[in-house]
Amino acid sequence: MKKHWYMLTLVGKDRPGIVAHVTHALYEGGCHLGETSMLRMGTSFTMMMMVQYDGNVNALRNVLQTEVESLGLHLHIDHIEGGLHQHREPDVRISIYGADKPGIVAHATGALTEAGLDILDLTSDVGGTEDAPIYIMHIEGQAKEGVEALRSALAIVEKEGVEARLTPIDTLVG
Amino acid sequence: MSLEIITYPDERLKQVSAPVEHFDGELRDFIAALEDTMRAGPGGVGIAAPQVGHFFRIAIVDVSAMGKLPKKSTNHGRIVLINPEITEWQGMVMGREGCMSVPDFTGNVIRAEKIVLTAFDEQGQSHEYHCEGFEARAVQHEVDHLDGMLFLDRLVSRRTDLFRRKVYEGQGKGKR
Repeated sequence: MKKHWYMLTLVGKDRPGIVAHVTHALYEGGCHLGETSMLRMGTSFTMMMMVQYDGNVNALRNVLQTEVESLGLHLHIDHIEGGLHQHREPDVRISIYGADKPGIVAHATGALTEAGLDILDLTSDVGGTEDAPIYIMHIEGQAKEGVEALRSALAIVEKEGVEARLTPIDTLVG
Repeated sequence: MSLEIITYPDERLKQVSAPVEHFDGELRDFIAALEDTMRAGPGGVGIAAPQVGHFFRIAIVDVSAMGKLPKKSTNHGRIVLINPEITEWQGMVMGREGCMSVPDFTGNVIRAEKIVLTAFDEQGQSHEYHCEGFEARAVQHEVDHLDGMLFLDRLVSRRTDLFRRKVYEGQGKGKR
């Protein structure tokens, strides 16, 4: 049977051993892992995994049934097109931080998208204290209309009281 | 003549290469073929002999071959590095690297910002080079190959941010 690619999303209360248990079950069930992202967010642990498997969605769900129940995880499965080796290289990195307030991501990414940014990777975090939280965001992407257009967009974003900096990514191939 | 690039997980890439002892026509022919191979690769600014299965301490760097060179980046053009020895390292900077021997993956690597190195050219003449920025990175990447090291051995997390380096060079917007 043709192997299918699935995107698995698993979320649950963080505890030690989630990755080991889930990936062991997948391995035992005949799954092959592709690219993944796994991280703790708040008190949750989140996993997104490209998984290659020769059965259907229900069979894949059964592979993880025991772990999902014992670890209290929510599981979502999507059948996806395409597989590995589809990387696109970012040519720009943007970091934005400031006192946390609603709309930082929406305003910044709105302005950047309009200036030609194609986001490939975005992570953000909240640090500081409960009373004075700070928002920190890193973006990597492709500047479709050049870096200067993005700098202009960031200058506008900075007027809203956040710090922004842009660094071109010049990838060395040796 | 372009040579075949060997790619990881070929274990031969992890071996230490031997010093060159004879500066002869055979060496110069090999270097010409090595250079052809580097220039045939998309965006290749450096190549080391072990990448083509020749386990001697030979590399070529030419960052001027890169289309859009980072601003303010000085370089020596084409440099042939035979038995190179890096003698001084200064500063640290993170940058993105890929490798013809590691297709479809790039990662962040910390390198010295400035280096001093000695190397022989293909005529057997010894030279000293002061390299910085992108060229220094390329040299360090290629010298690593001669010691069986890949950029994969030096990866730092993509979430690690050491990009502050440029702030003091005027890329910030003067608010500091």
